[in-house]
Amino acid sequence: METLERILAAHPFFSGMEERYIQLLVGCASNVRFDAGQYIFRAEEEANLFYLIRQGKVALEAFGPERGPIVILTLEQGDVLGWSWLIPPHRYKFDARVVEFTRAIALDGTCLRKKSEENHDLGYEFMKRFSQLMARALQATRLQLLNVYELNP
Amino acid sequence: MVPRPHTVRRVWQETHDTFTLELAPAAGDGAAPSSFAPGQFNMLYAFGVGEAAISISGDPARPERLVHTIRAVGATTKALARLRRGDTVGIRGPFGSQWPLGEAAGRDIVIIAGGIGLAPLRPVVYHVLQNRQNYGNVVLLYGARSPGDLLYAKELEQWRGRFDLEVQVAVDRAPATWRGTVGVVTNFIPRARFDPSEAVAMICGPEIMMRFAVQGIEELEMKSESIYISMERNMKCAVGFCGHCQFGPAFICKDGPVFSYESVRALLNIRGI
Repeated sequence: METLERILAAHPFFSGMEERYIQLLVGCASNVRFDAGQYIFRAEEEANLFYLIRQGKVALEAFGPERGPIVILTLEQGDVLGWSWLIPPHRYKFDARVVEFTRAIALDGTCLRKKSEENHDLGYEFMKRFSQLMARALQATRLQLLNVYELNP
Repeated sequence: MVPRPHTVRRVWQETHDTFTLELAPAAGDGAAPSSFAPGQFNMLYAFGVGEAAISISGDPARPERLVHTIRAVGATTKALARLRRGDTVGIRGPFGSQWPLGEAAGRDIVIIAGGIGLAPLRPVVYHVLQNRQNYGNVVLLYGARSPGDLLYAKELEQWRGRFDLEVQVAVDRAPATWRGTVGVVTNFIPRARFDPSEAVAMICGPEIMMRFAVQGIEELEMKSESIYISMERNMKCAVGFCGHCQFGPAFICKDGPVFSYESVRALLNIRGI
């Protein structure tokens, strides 16, 4: 049977994480599913959760009254959605709209913050993983900003 | 070398600034259509305006249907964009090196294309699909600026429908109506289905994109000898005499445009080359 523990351990974000930490995390995790068109969260809402996407596609969008919704990035199987739970003031910065039916593991950020305060080794594991994720996202965003296809005739 | 006259059989728009010409040797030319290898290019002469180096983007198994996809950015390519069915264009070529399809036999292939960089790689896709049994997993990762900038949209859809080819397409920006992937093409690399220890990578696109693509592939510990890129510089003579396309000790027209990454790696880090 596919237990939450196994699902967490199999997700690329937790690749190589020690079993004892995974066991600690299971209490903060739950299985969730979203239909296409549904919003997982909206900008400015309190950010208490983040998601490990197992299947489907989610668009991160910014909304401007003049331009409507603009897709910044899509996230798919193996990706992590949301890190605002980690950084004060713990509010989402973008809308997360489901493009295709999505299954994910939701992790409770309040629960994780508490466990990380109690167990700094766990907190360090998290920070290592999230800093890698953020660095990759920053690099990808810079590449997007360069508008490289425009430069190349 | 004297340009051979060719007749425009068909011309069609791919995107707002990119079009494709289908050419055939002009009547009375007498010579058979030139065969070409994937990765090679021709010099297309817009009479009275100038020549431009353009990759051959058609099927290498059908040399009689000579196809070039061109982005209209300068005087010559804009003149080529004005050609219509029945008009004449001069052609010299084919020139240059080719993608390492022989070396890739029996191995996985990862093709990474950005923008108009898909044009010189399309002959690779044609060849691989016609000789599918000779290759392992084949992955095509393609990035463009927006959904409206995607080349060969219909073919991409057909290829996506195949079970023997993984096609992933990403755009840098898109409206909310776009149901595909938004993000940089290099995001696909870690999750694409190929064996980095055995695969051959063929990359073509803006140099910055190629650099990030190589980084992404090398993070998977793929050997740099198995990575090939196609370089672009201003070419004039196409036979290595004039020096316009000199790239360190090499000439892009004669020694390239396809290079093993290992052979040009050091040069790519020298500014101004």
